[in-house]
Amino acid sequence: MTNNSIQNIDSPIDPEGSQGELEEWWRYFTFNKDHKVIGIQYLVTAFIFFLIAGFMAMVIRGELITPESDLVDRPLYNGLFTMHATLMIFLWIVPSLVGLANFLVPLMIGAKDMAFPFLNALSFWMVPPAGILLLSSFLLPAGTAQAGWWSYPPLSTQNPSGYLLNGQLFWCLSVVFLGISSIMAAVNFVTTIIRLRAPGMIFFRMPIFIWSVFSAQLLQLIFLPSLTGGVLLLLCDLSLGTNFFQPDRGGDPMLYQHMFWFYSHPTVYVWALPAFGIFSEIIPAFSRNPLFGYRSVAMATLALAFVSSIVWVHHLFASGTPEWMRILFMFTSELAAVPTGIKVFAWTATVWRGKLHMTTPMLFALGGVVMFLFGGITGVMLGAMPFDLHVNNTYFIVGHFHYIVYNTITLAMFGGLYFWFPKITGRMYNEGWGKIHFWLTFIGANLTFFPMIPLGLQGMVRRVASYEPQYQFWNVVASLGAFLLGVSILPFIANVVISWLQGTKAPNNPWFATGLEWKISSPPPKENFDEIPTVTAPPYSYGKPKTWASSPTTEG
Amino acid sequence: MENIFGSFRQLRRSRIQGRGGGKPEDDRGKVLFGVLAFMMSESLVFMSFITAYIGLRLSTSPWQPPGVSGPKLSSETIITSVVLLSSSLVIYLAERALKRRKVNRFRWLWATTTAMGAYFLYGEVKDWLSEDFSLSTGAIGGTFYIITGFHGLHVFVGMLLQTIMLFRSFIRGNYDKGHYGVTAVSWFWHFVDAIWVIVFSIFFLWR
Ligand SMILES: [Cu+2]
Repeated sequence: MTNNSIQNIDSPIDPEGSQGELEEWWRYFTFNKDHKVIGIQYLVTAFIFFLIAGFMAMVIRGELITPESDLVDRPLYNGLFTMHATLMIFLWIVPSLVGLANFLVPLMIGAKDMAFPFLNALSFWMVPPAGILLLSSFLLPAGTAQAGWWSYPPLSTQNPSGYLLNGQLFWCLSVVFLGISSIMAAVNFVTTIIRLRAPGMIFFRMPIFIWSVFSAQLLQLIFLPSLTGGVLLLLCDLSLGTNFFQPDRGGDPMLYQHMFWFYSHPTVYVWALPAFGIFSEIIPAFSRNPLFGYRSVAMATLALAFVSSIVWVHHLFASGTPEWMRILFMFTSELAAVPTGIKVFAWTATVWRGKLHMTTPMLFALGGVVMFLFGGITGVMLGAMPFDLHVNNTYFIVGHFHYIVYNTITLAMFGGLYFWFPKITGRMYNEGWGKIHFWLTFIGANLTFFPMIPLGLQGMVRRVASYEPQYQFWNVVASLGAFLLGVSILPFIANVVISWLQGTKAPNNPWFATGLEWKISSPPPKENFDEIPTVTAPPYSYGKPKTWASSPTTEG
Repeated sequence: MENIFGSFRQLRRSRIQGRGGGKPEDDRGKVLFGVLAFMMSESLVFMSFITAYIGLRLSTSPWQPPGVSGPKLSSETIITSVVLLSSSLVIYLAERALKRRKVNRFRWLWATTTAMGAYFLYGEVKDWLSEDFSLSTGAIGGTFYIITGFHGLHVFVGMLLQTIMLFRSFIRGNYDKGHYGVTAVSWFWHFVDAIWVIVFSIFFLWR
């Protein structure tokens, strides 16, 4: 195991008293410009919103145990599924991935910080106010936005209550705010990855996680303006009396759908690519194998970003789109299966020849890949326009979508959190509780989201609080699964809190992984590297007698 | 699979000789790269608005509701537009003066640019007040006022940034590390002017 050699660097010992520890905690509540602090701020904030949105999902599933609408009234039900989706997407998936990337990108490319530390802190500090604004709409007299997370006009611009301050207005403001924050973050990430790489860190030596963050943030930079612009116009229609999307007064509601999906399809890759990047880091590390076809995976990441930008009309197959357009976009949509297939093949081949170590991160990664296969196959089915028209607006869509966003992306997120937990906190997590978390999640997630596939095929429509009694069996299964999924979070929280406070101290490189972030102390010192390392070989050189990166400190 | 990307291998070979990697020590390059990335994103916000306008206009007939004549191409609009566009030249001269370390000359040229921006905004508000349609007139009102207003907001932000740079020019040692802040603001100003050419053409020249 030549990889042991990279453990030799001594971590600088911090002679910190209780005063130092107090400051240590306090800085997470300040406008701190250190990318590691900001990364943790993002992660914790996003996780709190995840819990809130998850609680809403519990209420929704509670309502759906019985065919009648009995637990909550219908407007509240509409508000709950709207807020559940908005929070999960804009305040959990996006900021949690940005948080992890914030912590890791400078470490992985050998930089001292992000390109624009001030901008970085500013991007973060826009997130909590936007989230609180969104949640505060529960206190408004007419309640929250109820038009779904896509907020199609003219439904979203009706404002039946007549109040100037209404839930839809808060929703628009919050999404515009988060859009601006994300665009600033994207500028920061793209600049950091292009300009701040350490000497020798050429593009084809970047870890796949960096490739995927780069591709994802490039998508944000190019496509997020479309959504932010669209929602801004929606806001004008709602509150200023303009008629961009009002069909009776010269506007066109389809215009909004295009502006919305022009971003919101690529955005799925903004979430999924970093998840794939996490898989590509964890799987080689616990297979003790170089990532199979590293370059193909890197290029497939860029290719996916490109393909994702020309498929948005598949969300409008049922919206009066002309036939030639539907067929064209059906083909581009199915094209996405090719680079995705390359990735799945690469992960499989990496595992195939490897010596597997079934740690918690590896379980989450493998579980995520398996469920992604299922989510991907249902996605290919949906891309086929005739099938899409058949299951349009049914639970099939909900099932497919959750196999991607929960069973793939959120699992990847958990895997990544366990994998880098020692680096982020300087402590080891508890392996036993981690495994319990995984199995509860894996079983709960399948119990929750699989029943939605048969339900959709049988024709149960989505977004409804009541349904025909013949659908009850699968709905009860899904609800019980959802409650199990709710319980599955508890061991995770306990594990993180207790391990962070009193876990065993983590060595620099507990997994004997390659990557610059494992060459420095856990947690990393203030400016990451005493001396910027020089990179001399491609990543994932597992099982090869070759030092991956060398710097004056490691050679001595 | 590896051979498909043969050309990239060549690229890599050439990069190894030049050692490769980023340029972390080059602060100017970093800031200007970030500014370019931001302006790219910002131009796409404009593009989404402008695409919306063109799409709406092509699909709506009649575009102008009865009694509405649309944005008027008055001589004042032309004058304010010419002033805004020529301010690009003035800011270029200001930047050149700073390069030659003529700081005072830079200051008054720089302040002139800000004044020209202010004149443009004044003209824009006057133009708004003279139009015979409002924000809620069909699709024409929203598109016209929101897009020109959004552009006007950018002019205003540009003026704010210029003012900050002007004040900072009085700080001792402000230009010791170069003046890429000034360059960045100047780029932003050119960008705002270029957007106006498009906005002007689609509203005032497209009859
Ligand atoms: Cu899509």
